[in-house]
Amino acid sequence: MTGGRDSVPRFEHGSRVPGWDEAVDLTKDPAVVPDPATTPVPAELRAEIEAAMAKYPDRRSAAIPALHAAQAVHGYCSPAAIDQVATVMRLTPAYLTSVATFYDMLETAPRPPHDDIFVCTNISCSLLGADELFDAMIRAAGTDETLHVRSFECLGACDIAPMASVNGEYIGPLEPADAERIVDDLRAGRPVLPEKQIRYRRSVDPGAGTSHAAGERATEFGVPAATPRADTAGLDPADAAADRPGPAAPLEYPAEENEDA
Amino acid sequence: MRTILFENIDEPGLNTLEVYERRGGYRALRKALSMSSDEVLSELMDSGLRGRGGAGFQMGRKVSFLPHGDMEKYLVCNADESEPGTFKDRELMQKSPHMLIEGIMIAAYAGEIGRAFIYIRGEYQLQADILEAAIAEAERAGYIGQDILGTGLNVPLVLHRGAGAYICGEETGLLDSLEGKRGNPRLKPPFPAIEGLYHGPTLINNVETLSTVPAIINMGAAEYAKIGTETSTGTKLVSISGDVKRPGNYEIELGIPSREIIYGLAGGPPSGREVKFWFPGGSSSPVLTRDDLDVPYDFDSLAKAGTMLGSGAIIVADESRRVLDTALKLAKFYAHESCGKCVPCREGTRWTHKMLERICTGEATPMDLDIMASVQEQIIGNCLCVLGDAMAMPIGSMVKKFRSELEADIEAARVRAEGAPAADVVALGVADEFAGPLPVH
Repeated sequence: MTGGRDSVPRFEHGSRVPGWDEAVDLTKDPAVVPDPATTPVPAELRAEIEAAMAKYPDRRSAAIPALHAAQAVHGYCSPAAIDQVATVMRLTPAYLTSVATFYDMLETAPRPPHDDIFVCTNISCSLLGADELFDAMIRAAGTDETLHVRSFECLGACDIAPMASVNGEYIGPLEPADAERIVDDLRAGRPVLPEKQIRYRRSVDPGAGTSHAAGERATEFGVPAATPRADTAGLDPADAAADRPGPAAPLEYPAEENEDA
Repeated sequence: MRTILFENIDEPGLNTLEVYERRGGYRALRKALSMSSDEVLSELMDSGLRGRGGAGFQMGRKVSFLPHGDMEKYLVCNADESEPGTFKDRELMQKSPHMLIEGIMIAAYAGEIGRAFIYIRGEYQLQADILEAAIAEAERAGYIGQDILGTGLNVPLVLHRGAGAYICGEETGLLDSLEGKRGNPRLKPPFPAIEGLYHGPTLINNVETLSTVPAIINMGAAEYAKIGTETSTGTKLVSISGDVKRPGNYEIELGIPSREIIYGLAGGPPSGREVKFWFPGGSSSPVLTRDDLDVPYDFDSLAKAGTMLGSGAIIVADESRRVLDTALKLAKFYAHESCGKCVPCREGTRWTHKMLERICTGEATPMDLDIMASVQEQIIGNCLCVLGDAMAMPIGSMVKKFRSELEADIEAARVRAEGAPAADVVALGVADEFAGPLPVH
């Protein structure tokens, strides 16, 4: 039972949920597909949506990518954003609203442009202290509107639990003390906790089970020293120009492959 | 230990075409294209490869259900890995995306499929970027798209990013989401193999299943079937997390004892504590206790033990954990992710969450455990998809196996609540700033 910004308030017995008496205007006609002449769409957004539509046999399949693109422009799926997507995709705003309200990553509540901090609070992460991390993250963000801290369901990185996704970058394992650092990095525009990003983490080596001290958490990041470098791929162009020894591992072209090539 | 999927997994640059080809990549696709599609299909059948996404259905049989003839058929790779505890597909896509692409192309050829999609969950941004780059590379090299390797075969491959919904990992929910709708599951039958995406026959497989296909073609079905047990062939990636020293993905041969995975590979719980309970196949599988540690880790042995292999995600909780906390997290998760289409799931998950919260606040009695158990029974089998079952089975197993502990929790919370000052209890239920004045009618 974590508190925090996004927890649902409980109401006194017999009271009413706010907005329950705000009637829908039933005399109004339902919104139709907007007229392109009266709904201007930024050229870049239009191009992105049209490119997405071209990828599928049915243009409606592009609804999620299109709403994502509009959200990136407007900060959230505002009525204006939905109208613009509807204009380009030739769909009704109601249809797109139904899609936007279904998915967790599409925001329908007004919000200024912000950084997303999703803290995973599912089983594996919460076993290892995600709830404390989430509370620390909320405290560190304070009242800053440009930091959107929310608890998220399993983000698929339980090996680095407890973890968080900061603007899509997975970082972990985190401690409550890391919360301040994440906020500082974000405000300074630096990469967030680069030494804990999952892109640099390697798989656990099954053979290494014995070499680890008892109680040590798997935190191996970076290029493994034991793996022979077979090539220069994955390095910066600047590094690729440097002089270095040839491949350490033999090339694996079998005999029959040579005939094909 | 035999490794197939993870053979070169940590090699720098394996996500690029150059390194992947150097490691024998796309050899299987060439080999498959030199065979007839029926031959490739019979290889898949003979390998005994079972789906790695959760249901464990034989992949070859799934392909064989696709109708023949001149029609638009689709292949969808399910990369919406959202099951709590599971993170194997993330690693595969991030580090070896070409293996997945090659597998998709071979499966498409076996099923005479003309269009393929990868549905990846929206949170996996890094992995989606890597896959997108890999698809572009493979397209330039002529492995996908138009006229594949000069054979005249056309299979375009499109990466589709989701937007955060657990239900989109369910195959028909995924299809609706891919069609640009809310991800509500559909009534089955017709099964997707007959009528799926855009009403066409559709083959849906998990990332790990499709990534295994190139290895099967390379080594031959007979050779592959020798690995593992008779009914659970091959290797499996298991994702271990929770209270273990070395959480992560491990590739195991199916049929090894579970103790070897939890204690041998992952090092067991830290600081000498013992395992209390563990999920053998993601959060949807009924929990097992420390008495079950010697169950062989394969599809049939786990089914016999009353649980399932599922997605192969082991979550371990040690002695210091309360069952109640995990049950509460679980119920909250499924209540949040229920799409709301079927009443037993929509209401059942919410009621279960409420009843567990009542235990925490001291308002519950031991009788609530019986009600909770009966709610679980009424969810199972009564919905379009298995999301409700996925909560009902583990919660049901927890109530059954840890009843005395839950009863003790109920009693402890009740005593705590009785001792609390009345003002605090009232404050819990009041939220004046939200309620506002009552309107007059």
